[in-house]
Amino acid sequence: MQISLRSVFAAVMAIVAGSVIFAATASAAVFSPKTFTLDNGLQVVVIENRRAPIVMQMLWYRVGAADEEPGESGLAHFLEHLLFKGTKTVKPGEFSRTISRIGGRDNAFTSHDFTAYFQRVAAHELETIMRLEADRMQNVVLSDAVVLPERGVVLEERRSRTDNSPAAQLREQVRRALYLNHPYGRPVIGWMSEIKKLTTENALAFYRKHYAPNNAMLIIAGDVTVDQVRALAQKYYGPIPRVAVPKRVRPKEPPHRAARRVVLKNNRVNLPSWSRTYLAPSYTTGGKSGKSVAYPLEVLAQVLGGGSTSRLYRKLVVERGVASNAGAWYSGDGLDYGEFGLYASPKAGGDIEALEKAVLEELDAALKEGFRTADIDRAKRLISAEAIYARDGLRAGPNAIGQAFTQGQTIADVEEWPERISAVTAQQVMAAAKSTIKVESSVTSILLPEAAK
Amino acid sequence: MKMYRIYTALVPAVAFAAVSIFTLAGAAATMEIRKVVSDKGIVAWFVPDKSVPMLAMSFAFRNAGSATDPDGKEGLAEMTSSLLDEGAGELESQNFQRALEDIAAQMSFGAGRDTFTGRLRTLTAKRGKAFDLLRLALNAPRFDDQPVQRIRLQILASLRRSIENPRRISGQLWSKKIFPGHPYSKLSSGSEKTVNTLTVSDIRTFVRDRFTRDRLIVGVVGDITEQELKTRLDAVFGDLPVTGPKFEIPEVKAAGSGKTLIVRKQIPQSVVILGHGGIKRDDPDWYKALLVTRVFGGGGLSSRLYEEIREKRGLAYSVYAYLSPMQHSGIVAGGVATQNARAAESISVIRAEWKKLAEEGITAKELATAKTYLNGSFPLRLGSSRGIAGMLVGIQIADLGMNYIEKRPSLINSITLAEANRVARRLFRADDLTVIVVGDPKGMEEKP
Repeated sequence: MQISLRSVFAAVMAIVAGSVIFAATASAAVFSPKTFTLDNGLQVVVIENRRAPIVMQMLWYRVGAADEEPGESGLAHFLEHLLFKGTKTVKPGEFSRTISRIGGRDNAFTSHDFTAYFQRVAAHELETIMRLEADRMQNVVLSDAVVLPERGVVLEERRSRTDNSPAAQLREQVRRALYLNHPYGRPVIGWMSEIKKLTTENALAFYRKHYAPNNAMLIIAGDVTVDQVRALAQKYYGPIPRVAVPKRVRPKEPPHRAARRVVLKNNRVNLPSWSRTYLAPSYTTGGKSGKSVAYPLEVLAQVLGGGSTSRLYRKLVVERGVASNAGAWYSGDGLDYGEFGLYASPKAGGDIEALEKAVLEELDAALKEGFRTADIDRAKRLISAEAIYARDGLRAGPNAIGQAFTQGQTIADVEEWPERISAVTAQQVMAAAKSTIKVESSVTSILLPEAAK
Repeated sequence: MKMYRIYTALVPAVAFAAVSIFTLAGAAATMEIRKVVSDKGIVAWFVPDKSVPMLAMSFAFRNAGSATDPDGKEGLAEMTSSLLDEGAGELESQNFQRALEDIAAQMSFGAGRDTFTGRLRTLTAKRGKAFDLLRLALNAPRFDDQPVQRIRLQILASLRRSIENPRRISGQLWSKKIFPGHPYSKLSSGSEKTVNTLTVSDIRTFVRDRFTRDRLIVGVVGDITEQELKTRLDAVFGDLPVTGPKFEIPEVKAAGSGKTLIVRKQIPQSVVILGHGGIKRDDPDWYKALLVTRVFGGGGLSSRLYEEIREKRGLAYSVYAYLSPMQHSGIVAGGVATQNARAAESISVIRAEWKKLAEEGITAKELATAKTYLNGSFPLRLGSSRGIAGMLVGIQIADLGMNYIEKRPSLINSITLAEANRVARRLFRADDLTVIVVGDPKGMEEKP
């Protein structure tokens, strides 16, 4: 049983959970956050929730793997690990030991667009964690003595996540093939050969360039008041000076003209699988705020392949019985791009080519026939209900708001999200499908046993 | 429908693990637990909460997990758990699923080793329909041929997919070596052969014999009156059989063998599990063991193993040790994943720490920190309705009493260093370690 891992790739998680993660966000006044900004530019968000004497702090930086320079892949994530290695006044490891001693939980995660740190503690320990987190925004001290062993840890993390698993290796290749030019194509954890070359100096330079109050959002959720948070934020984060942070200008994708197909054969694969990923707009790039094509895409993913009553599952798994599983997902959180995906697994011993043909037939039929209003309505209700469930617990609010902040959205976008989903029409869903599901901007990926043809 | 997943045999049922972690913190959590008894005698622990317009229910049937699968029918409990929401009453599979989605209710079932569990989460406004669907699932599941066959194929596909998963390989071999011949060694997901033999009649028998009122434990959190809850409890559970056959699961001491087994696989990283017999939840030494294990390899980003393996040597991303209490046994186990070239070194560091813990014990400072951790981490579990409902079930299964939350801190705080270290000696026996390595570890030989 793995207890606590320092880094969860939110990007990977978002893909796995598909629409559900962003779905876990809003309703008119979903989280009802209160906000203010310090003079140094740090935005502070407070989500009051007095249900239990607990408080959660999250600090989100607008920097991730897509902000790295070519050749230094993995640096944003590596730095995330190194933020636990001490400051001018806190010894290496002392941060987590302190959290542990007060009975708290702490961790951090990195994606292409953000790096986030969090702690969850008893409410009366809020000051302790605010002091510690503010300290490592500016005062991190690094030396080879702590950096080099940690690089070994990250290499092991890569082996665990990617190199030991053929399916994960293939996902990495798909990403590289999907993005012809944009840095979303690189793995967040980095390429093995490039992680091995990352140095203490690289990490410190990246830290100084991107870690600043004016490039971050502080979110405190739980049994607190705004006044309490304001006083502590002033005290600990207030004195940290602004830094001139580079604009996030990333290379854009050129027109996609050729469908790509990647096949990985490995003798450790016993069941083939099929998937296709389309480059898609994200909430941020899909149109004017509130009118983004992302909303209908979210509904499309649900109605086409979001569970056991969805079109693909019903046709392929229930009715035709050619697949053991099938579905669709949409990941719309990215600052620059989103992704729309289809997947299917054959039955044990099933043929992958026949499966692919069947999936594409059903996709074509769905896009030709359109969806019944009742199915669209059910999909919208399901997605919107997540907004209520999301209020049960402390994590969903800070996650949604932090992701919005680092990926080009606003708090209003989060709060109005369920209403915007509810407003999606069947026509919008079909229009979004037609503009996104284009084979020339897709990567089809196939995982096969070694012996297969 | 539950997307079928494989659970490695060694991961303890979450409900049990959870109980071992709760405890009341410096910040006294105030939570009013009520015991509700329905007209038909269904008992539920209930925490009223109006902060979110929703309801969460958690329940478990004891002596109904995968350890009770008949010989040759391994995988029965898990397959049943995947089929309960595949049609019930007049509603065939797709209609049942649609009915759940129409009200956005979330219903799920799971099979642990010892217990069969279920969860329901619903918006308050839709609770009537949600409880009714749960009633149907438990009292009138259809098990139509089509969904049974479909779920069977999903399970078979999942088994096939995971054949080469190193964690699954190590977990299965571990269970086989540590509980030879005992029901706990059974493959909870079954094998291709056993899953193919499971019939609708097997599944119906499973439900009839195990979903009985004398096995039932219920926890409820949310926005509902006590009176209404009683009515709902009767509707959902009141017509289940009062009792059923008891499945004898013998008490078993985990075999501590001192063996090292290697499953050679050409992968870059070796996955290691190691451990031996531990203690049960009702052992008087439980809290001492919990404190000592926390110091040694417990959760979070600090422990002796974390320090030695990860921080000092950079050998692994994940390294841990934990207690896994079961109804009829207990184990203490650990694990690490590390590149093949340094697997031997990692194991020898862990082994040395295991030995050192028994011989030298922990320090007064470590004990104090572990106490504040166990106390302080308690309220963190009270953040969501589902978390609380799960806890209410866990406390009842382990029979800890309604005042458990109040008395927990004193159970922990009263432990002395001498007591903790006596238990460290009793619990950690490096010579008994069974070690399983899946990968291509360099310079390591089997010690069968």
